[in-house]
Amino acid sequence: MEKPFAITLDIGSSRANKTGSWRTERAVYVNRMPPCNDGCPAGENVQAWLYEGEEGGAGYERAWRQIMVDNPFPAVMGRVCYHPCETACNRAQLDDAVGINSVERFLGDEALRQGWTVSVDMTATGRHVLVVGAGPSGLSAAYHLARRGHTVTIKEAGPMAGGMMRFGIPRYRLSRDVLDAEIQRILDLGVTLELDSKVTDLAALAEQYDAVFLAVGAQLGKRAYIPAGSAAHVLDAVSMLRGLEEGEQPLLGRRVAVYGGGNTAMDAARTAKRLGASEAIVVYRRNKDRMPAHESEFMEAEDEGVLFKWLTTIKQVDQGKLVVEKMELDETGFPQPTGELEELDADSLVLALGQDTDLSLLEGVDGLVVEDGVVQVGPDLMTGHPGIFAGGDMVPFERSVTVAVGHGKRAARSIDAWLSGAAPEPVARPALATYDTLNTWYYSDAPRTHRPVLEKARRESTFDEVVQGLDEGTALFEARRCMSCGNCFSCDNCYGVCPDNAVIKLGQPGEKYLIDLDYCKGCGLCVSECPSGAIQMVPEEI
Amino acid sequence: MAFQEIKLYQVGTSVVGNRLLDPEHRTAQARMGRSNTLTSGHRACQGCGEALGARYVLDAAMRATGGNMVAVNSTGCLEVFSTPYPESSWQLPWLHSLFGNGPAVAAGVAAALKAKGREDIRVVGQAGDGGTVDIGFGCLSGMFERNDDVLFVCYDNQGYMNTGVQRSSATPPAARTANTKAIGPEAGNVFGQGKNVPRIAMAHEIPYVATATVADLHDLEAKVEKAMTFRGARYLHVLVPCPLGWGANSADTIRVARLAKESGIFPVFEGERGEVTAVSKIRRQVPVEDYLRLQKRYAHLFANGAAGRPDIVARLQEEADRNIARYGLLGGEL
Repeated sequence: MEKPFAITLDIGSSRANKTGSWRTERAVYVNRMPPCNDGCPAGENVQAWLYEGEEGGAGYERAWRQIMVDNPFPAVMGRVCYHPCETACNRAQLDDAVGINSVERFLGDEALRQGWTVSVDMTATGRHVLVVGAGPSGLSAAYHLARRGHTVTIKEAGPMAGGMMRFGIPRYRLSRDVLDAEIQRILDLGVTLELDSKVTDLAALAEQYDAVFLAVGAQLGKRAYIPAGSAAHVLDAVSMLRGLEEGEQPLLGRRVAVYGGGNTAMDAARTAKRLGASEAIVVYRRNKDRMPAHESEFMEAEDEGVLFKWLTTIKQVDQGKLVVEKMELDETGFPQPTGELEELDADSLVLALGQDTDLSLLEGVDGLVVEDGVVQVGPDLMTGHPGIFAGGDMVPFERSVTVAVGHGKRAARSIDAWLSGAAPEPVARPALATYDTLNTWYYSDAPRTHRPVLEKARRESTFDEVVQGLDEGTALFEARRCMSCGNCFSCDNCYGVCPDNAVIKLGQPGEKYLIDLDYCKGCGLCVSECPSGAIQMVPEEI
Repeated sequence: MAFQEIKLYQVGTSVVGNRLLDPEHRTAQARMGRSNTLTSGHRACQGCGEALGARYVLDAAMRATGGNMVAVNSTGCLEVFSTPYPESSWQLPWLHSLFGNGPAVAAGVAAALKAKGREDIRVVGQAGDGGTVDIGFGCLSGMFERNDDVLFVCYDNQGYMNTGVQRSSATPPAARTANTKAIGPEAGNVFGQGKNVPRIAMAHEIPYVATATVADLHDLEAKVEKAMTFRGARYLHVLVPCPLGWGANSADTIRVARLAKESGIFPVFEGERGEVTAVSKIRRQVPVEDYLRLQKRYAHLFANGAAGRPDIVARLQEEADRNIARYGLLGGEL
């Protein structure tokens, strides 16, 4: 070949030199378990729906649909969930946890505003499943079973669906319009709901169905023996909250004492304030640190002027006053009586000492095991009786709406597998995306946006929702604070930082990247500079 | 509640690309069709900061000039690892002459293009610190003094790495090299010598001078693009950590560069006509020790724990503090 002036060499590209042969380790893309997903009792893929939501606009609907894969109650969750996802959030170690709960509420409300619905995409299986109880667990199971193509009938003893979401959680925490709308969306899938149909003879009824899911909850207020004068006014918190929902106006008087330290006690005290009590005082036998109520509920109650009397038990109830005894904690943290008595003015006493389950419907059913007042179940939530599953407050787990919703999903999966005769597919749990797997340099500084809280004066006198939702801009900002722990979010860092052009970008966001092993020298820069810890070095077999 | 403007794109703008940004606001490196001026198969070490820096700079320059440019390269690692006979990693017109004459050759190319009426074709000269601050220094100063229309880029890895890690006049104090051993009372390179070429370039009052690191791609690309808006002599000094010569983990190249900036030991700034016009503020300040400890060339400062040389570490910290004060690297808007 004739070469131009001063050119003596043929043109050869260094691409002939496959530097991949230098490598002793290779970079591999991974998906780790984000701590939010790991902590969600309802099994939501939080990181995935925040990823969709970050885009705004059309992304909101995709985000909402991603939530709906696991949880049919985004708007309810966004109000009442105690958000263990936020407790687990890695961002808390950087500045503040992502306000996952408030974004979920925004998405749930947006779905209601826009009228987004879901449909049954499976062919009908012809199987008929009975769900006993229309609380969060039963409704969740019904939703997931219906979406899997099963026919579902819910039998509910009460006059309205919702269970503790309606009869346990006051309106100022959960608007009834929202609850009704999200329940209706489940019924619109073709689920049959029979109200006022208390199941009394499960053994006979179960034979008419292919499977049964029991989710009757725990709505019997626990009683404690307290000597009471004839004029003493004592009632239990669960009945009070329930009666209120059914239109009763409990007569509590001016000074109300609430006995107990759980969330129900907070709800009862805050409700008493709203019903006109000038003074609501929570009496609890241990101290604040050992109180089972969630921090946010305690804070809101305190903000509203609820008083607290720690390390105190009630010895006697008389008209207008209580006799209480001071306690002290022993070395094991258990309260012990001191013998010091005092009097406390109170027109009524509300007991919030925990709840029991009414298990009378289970009589005559073979194989069921009841221990400590709850039904024993296996990991698949099946009871000792084949084909009968149970979940929610009536089985031995932490009691919350979110846990119950998660049980509904788990039970639906187990029932689906049991009906088809297959073992449920084992759910792979990848390694946790811990904080030290992230490169937080790349996350810009962005403090959390707090949900506006209704002014104190207003919420003390009304049952309006206390915590308001985020507007769109703030919700979007909050969603974008997600660090996408353990999962690629298409930031192009690996593609950019490779000194050897050995990362191939496949296309648009969403399509991921490939390592070109012909040229990857195994330096590990992409791993170090990946913000979300979604790449890992693994040794080459040499 | 306080109104908050939506300016956060999940991870701000410090990552290479961002799916939430408009494509034109993403970096040149995020583009699928980026020039890849320095392509695969080159023989730079694993995690080479210089290979990365050269592609960052030239891809950005290619974008800024629409591909109408020529690169002139002095001798050094960059030249040796990219063009072993008969291969070349360069995907742009590229010229190599000698170690010491890079700036003069670049000036000549610019003059030739001017003579041919092709001033639309831009010239970038590039060299390591040896070819810039030592061997090519006279030619570089001449190029500045004549205000030749060249952007000259120094990829500063603080030594002659290609020939076995010898000291250059850009090697920092206390660093161990092949000829500044970590022995004796003044272990490693001596204090009080060496050149600060960005400041020397400023003293020539040329149109544009900037420093940058491979740790901040957005800043580096913006400076290259800005440099290409000027005519005349421009100088860009890019800190490119060398895993081999600095004794750092190959995966830590960018981290080391980031800590150099965050500790204040390497000030990142830009200036026009002899005046500093902007500085990159320190975002998360770290003590110099954090930067030093990642590098074996400073291992003698920390040998056997307490038996190291805290006095020398303190002197290096003083240098960083002087930079912080001189350039105002702390506080204010980032």
